[in-house]
Order: sequence, then C-alpha cells, then structure tokens
Amino acid sequence: MTEKTVVPFQGTPEQEAQLKEVIAKHHDQPGGLMPTLQEAQGIYGYLPIEVQRMIADGLGMSLSEVYGVATFYSQFSLTPKGKHKISVCLGTACYVKGSDKILEAVEAKLGIKSGECTADGKFSIDSCRCVGACGLAPVMLVDEDVYGKLTPEQVGKILDKYDD
Amino acid sequence: MTIEQLNEIKAKRADIVKVRTIIREEGEKLAKETAYRKQILVCGGTGCTSSGSMKILEALNEELKATGIQDEILVVRTGCFGLCSLGPIVIVYPEGAFYAQATVEGIKRIVDEHLVKGEICKDLLYKETVHEDGSIISLYETNFYKKQKRIALRNCGVIDPENIEEYIATEGYQALYKVLDSMTPDQVAQEVLDSGLRGRGGAGFPTGRKWMFTKDAPGDVKYVACNADEGDPGAFMDRSILEGDPHAIIEAMTIAAYTVGANQGYVYVRAEYPVAVHRLSIALQQARDYGLLGKNIFGKGFDFDIEIRLGAGAFVCGEETALLTSIEGNRGEPRPRPPFPAVKGLFGKPTLLNNVETYSNIAQIIRNGAAWYASMGTEKSKGTKVFALGGKITNVGLVEIPMGTTLREIVEEIGGGIPNGKKFKAAQTGGPSGGCIPAQYIDTPIDYESLSALGSMMGSGGLIVMDEDNCMVDVSKFYLNFTVDESCGKCTPCRIGTRKLYQLLEKITDGKGEMKDLDTIDELANHMKSSSLCALGQSAPNPVLSTLQYFKDEYIAHIEGKCCPSGVCKNLLQYNIIADKCKGCTLCARNCPAKAITGTVKQPHVIDQSKCIKCGVCISNCKFGAIIKK
Repeated sequence: MTEKTVVPFQGTPEQEAQLKEVIAKHHDQPGGLMPTLQEAQGIYGYLPIEVQRMIADGLGMSLSEVYGVATFYSQFSLTPKGKHKISVCLGTACYVKGSDKILEAVEAKLGIKSGECTADGKFSIDSCRCVGACGLAPVMLVDEDVYGKLTPEQVGKILDKYDD
Repeated sequence: MTIEQLNEIKAKRADIVKVRTIIREEGEKLAKETAYRKQILVCGGTGCTSSGSMKILEALNEELKATGIQDEILVVRTGCFGLCSLGPIVIVYPEGAFYAQATVEGIKRIVDEHLVKGEICKDLLYKETVHEDGSIISLYETNFYKKQKRIALRNCGVIDPENIEEYIATEGYQALYKVLDSMTPDQVAQEVLDSGLRGRGGAGFPTGRKWMFTKDAPGDVKYVACNADEGDPGAFMDRSILEGDPHAIIEAMTIAAYTVGANQGYVYVRAEYPVAVHRLSIALQQARDYGLLGKNIFGKGFDFDIEIRLGAGAFVCGEETALLTSIEGNRGEPRPRPPFPAVKGLFGKPTLLNNVETYSNIAQIIRNGAAWYASMGTEKSKGTKVFALGGKITNVGLVEIPMGTTLREIVEEIGGGIPNGKKFKAAQTGGPSGGCIPAQYIDTPIDYESLSALGSMMGSGGLIVMDEDNCMVDVSKFYLNFTVDESCGKCTPCRIGTRKLYQLLEKITDGKGEMKDLDTIDELANHMKSSSLCALGQSAPNPVLSTLQYFKDEYIAHIEGKCCPSGVCKNLLQYNIIADKCKGCTLCARNCPAKAITGTVKQPHVIDQSKCIKCGVCISNCKFGAIIKK
C-alpha cells in the first residue's frame, strides 16, 4: 500500500466515549476484537492508528495484534473515505457484463483510481465483490443507493447528482 | 413452548400460508376459508430491494388504506422469489398473478383494478405467465419454475421471514421436537448420513459423517457453527436463504447441536449482507421469545443458543479453519488439517461446521425421512442443489434443481437462454476455485462427480453463463486477480504462485505472451495444486487450467496472432473513427466518459488513443457506423 498524505486524526470526546462503551461491551467476549473494530469503524468512519491504539489498550492486547487484524480484512479501512462512497461491483456476474468499464468510467470522471479519495474529500472509489444484486448487473453503489443495469455513459449523470 | 402450543400456532396460520403454495380453484377455495380475500406478496430480497421494492411496499400500504380494503388483504414481505432480473416482484394470491418490474404507478393500478375490482392488470404481468388467448398461468407453471424442485428454498418467496409463526405454519420446528422427543443423537446422525446429503459449500463431504465425527470426538464443550461467509462472487443462495427462511437454519443448527452435544452455536456471516444479518437477528430473538432457543427447549432439558459473528471481507474465511480462526478474533488464516475441526475446532474444542444451504435441508430430512431425500438426485449426489444463475442469461436468479439435471435444461429452459441472440460459449461453476464447462458438454448431468470429471467443481453454486463476447483468457485473469487479492499470504505457493500466474496471464492479454508461457503456467499451476496449505491456493489455478484445456485456441490467438478473438483485451484493441463516414455529429465526443474524442461540428472526429479507455460507448452511440474496433 502506498502511503498518501496523512489526514490528521480529528476524533471528538463523544466518539471516544462511545468507543469506550464498545470496548467495555466486548472486553470479556471470546474473539471480541473483530466486533470491536467493526463498531469502532462505525463510529469514526475508519480505523486510524490512534483508534487502534485505544482498542489495544482497552482490550489488553498489543497494538501489533490489533493492526494485524485491521489490515487483514478488506472491510477495515485505515484511511478516511469520501463524503460519498462509490463502490463498483467487480463480482463475476457484474464483470462478465462489463463492470470493469463502469469502474474505468468512474475513475476517468473523477480523475482518481479505485481505493483513492478526491482531493476535496467528496468522493472515494472502491470496488467490491458482489453485493448480491446479480440480477441488476453491472451494479454500482453510491453510499446506500444501488444503480443497476448500468452503461458507462450513465456514470457521469449519476455522479453529478451527488456533487453538492 | 410445548408441542401442543406449537401445533396451535401452526393450525392458526397454516391455511393462510398454504394459499400461497397452491393454485387455481384449489387456492381460491382455500382462500375463502381464511380471513383474507387476497394476499399480496412483495419481494424483500436484496435484489428486489435494490430495484426499489420497499418504495412499492410503502405505496401499496398507502393505497390499501386509501381504498379502505386494508383489512381484507394480507400484505406479506417475503424473501427472494428467485427471478431477480424481473424485480421488483409482486404476486397476488390466490390467482398467483405474477407482476414483474413493478412500479409505484403500477402498484396503485394493481390495488384499484385487481384487488378492489377483481380485474387482473394483464399488461403488468410477467409476459410468460400470460397466454395469447389472455388466460394467465401461475408462476409455478412457467419454464423458470417447472423443472425446479424447491427444498432448501421452499419458504423463500413464500413466507414472511420476520414472522416466526409463518415458519411454524409450514411445519417449522416440528423436526426439532421430533429429535428432542424421540431420537437419540446416534439416530439423528444416522438419518442425515442415510439421506446422502453432502456439504453444499462446495467440497461435498458427507454431512452425516461430519456429524458423527464431531459427536464421537471426546470433550465436554463442543460448538456448532454455520458458514454464511458466501465468498464466491456471483453466488447468493446462502444470503437468500438467510433472508427468506432464517428459522430453517436456526432449527437445523439446534438439531445439529443436540446431535453432537453442543450448547453454543455461531453463524459467521458476511458483513456485506446487512439484510440477511437483520432478518437472522430478528429470527434469533423470536426463537428465544418462543422458547425454541435458550434453556430447556421443549422442556426436554436441552440448552442451546446462537450468536452472530460478522465477517469483514476476506474470501479465505470461507475455508473452515480460517473461518474458525476469524471467529476467535484473529487474522483469518487457515491452518493445516488434521486436526480437523470435528476434533479440534473453535477455541480448540470439537466443532461442527456446515454451510447454510446444507443446514436448510436438515429439518425436512428429519421430518420426511432419509429415504425421501435420497430418492432425489443421482447415485452419488442426492437431493437438490441451488444455483445462482448469472452473467449472459435471460433469467438471472436463483434456481433449485434435482442433482442430475443437465446444464442444457438449466441454461435453455429454466434460464431462458442467452439474451440478444448470442451463442452459449461456456458456463463457469465453482467460482474462483472452479472451471468452465464448454458448449460441447452442455448435456452433462450436473452432480459432484460429473463436474469434477470436467475439471470444474460444484462449488457453492455460482453458475455464470458466458457468450461469444466473453474472452476466456480475460475471464481466467479476472479470477486470478481475485485470488491474488484474497490470498491470505500465509503459505508461499499460494501467495507467490497466484501473483506469478496472474502476471503470465497479463503478459498474454497484453500481447506480449510467448508459447513457452503456456508450459510455465501448467507447471506452476500443478505445483500450487500440490503444495498450497488450503483449498484457496490448491484450487486457484483451476480457472486457468480449465480454460486452457477447452479454449487453448484463444490463448494461442492472443500469443501468436496478437489479437483477442472476442474483442475484450484492451491492449490488443483499438477504436478508430473512419473519417469518410463521420458526419461530425459530436454525439461520440459528448458521451465519451474519458473525453478522449475531439473534433469540431460537421468535421470528422478523432480518438486520442492515449486517453481512450476502450469502453465502447462511442461505438454504441454512433449512428453512422463510423467507429470501428479492431
């Protein structure tokens, strides 16, 4: 992974209090690290090293263990995402119907690559493996909205809707 | 909960649910005996929800209130009907009128015309259910459903998954009672073994044998787990079962726990499946509230509960040892077997792990007997299998067929053939671990053995259809790209082998391949198969080996001819505008997502090859045939 500009950590005391509750909830649960990380990402939107450190201290494990798990799973992100998260499905059903071309059209439109975030923090692009809407292939998600049966030329108009 | 109470709930609800499973006069007659004149089912599966079925549901409820008939009509939000490409789906019983691609305007008409006046909106029905003479048939009589045998999916698209009483109405939890009341653990395991049920996650290990191993393993504490980490991109049967019939899994896991002697269960489910997680959580809570989960179930002195654990996006966690490691809160890396999980699994204790679809057959095997289940299927593969049909096929969706059904029946009859008049090229089964079945083997009966003999595998049931426009070298590169991403990195043959294999394929699709690369691929692939730690690495070369076996000519065309016969591989392609034919209408330039086309009005345009992303938008827009791809 290439290191990009580090966004300074801007956690609030409210978030920290929430995180402490989460840690307390999973402290004695066998295998509680994964659910803690999942909920922590829900609070902060991503898992910066500061948050990982609080989790390690809270659960009484080493930071390297926490970091090891956080970097193993693709769902966990160590960098912040855009205000609008674009996710293009590259599952097999979508791929054979040309979702790679959808991804390229999104990348061309925003001038960034998959896995990156635009400089203004508005959009980030990711690819995912199957959201289960194979009947609508090829599929793209913008935040919670699902766009199906896409063609590359529709991409521009869809993204314009979110350019607020 | 006692059996009397269970039967009371069943009796109260059974007819209402039954109306949805029978057709015509019989259904009409039964509907009159229930409190509801008509029932309207709206699909709440992920596919239909993505195409807007929740807005339909909202509009439906409003319209019912506005017309004042809300008390005569039962609205049911179900799980997946299977025909996802026609979503959002709405069905009205007792007629079985099947409305496809429903809209908010359409639903208002369905209420006003069909529900209020009794006139079916024929123009909104799925066209295959309307005959030329205007008579309509039920969904169950269409080509898509006729050849199916729905056991694992029996309740999907029929019951409301968020209402435990609907599950009880379809004989739910009767098998659990039977087991706790009158069967020993040995008898249960024997029954499952005799049914011939084999693991539906892909490997096909006899389920009953797994149950016996875990039952016989020494240890006071044991666990039961359910693998719902459906990783094969393009397979979604496990998700649909959890969304459409979650109690079937809870009941089966409880039966399994009684059999092996466990008191705690875990369901490991993909976090990408929020609807499934939500429905399963509701189902678990309802089961606890009804005393069907928890302490002293049915008063028989047996305790069992289930916890949900979310995956976090790692394909390797579908492998059993990796999944258990992940539940323990660690990096989901597999470990060598033996010891198998049946002996040393979760937290070091004997653990039974089965896949969702496997569990969904259990209660019915117990209720109807092993012989009933074993009467379906082929000699070595009993019962049915659910497939997720995807790719270049008309009826994209979920189908359940008896083992031994041919690929031709699936593709041409149930699947409705290939759209746009294209030719069938191959079907891919088994996902990133499987292979392709080319057109010459389309009459192969599908079972575990026949698929392995063709160099593919059953896998979890993804079945992706490809037509002449799909490049087989590109498809194998796609799968390798997937396994490169998903290799956990623990063992060298997989970590480095997948990447090397990917690079060789990339070299070929870039037009830089040499014939000797094919030998290298073969050698490397065989090393990976023999020396990788887990099934991910062992099976990662399968997509390449299988396409190389059946489509070697395509590889050779890329290497020697420097061309991609299907016109997919971009570095072997170029789009150009023929100046003589271009009228300068600017349509291509305006629609190009990469802004690669320039030119002034009424003058021939030009494509900047360095900017072109070869998406083909220009070609599909050009009205003058002025753009060529070569």
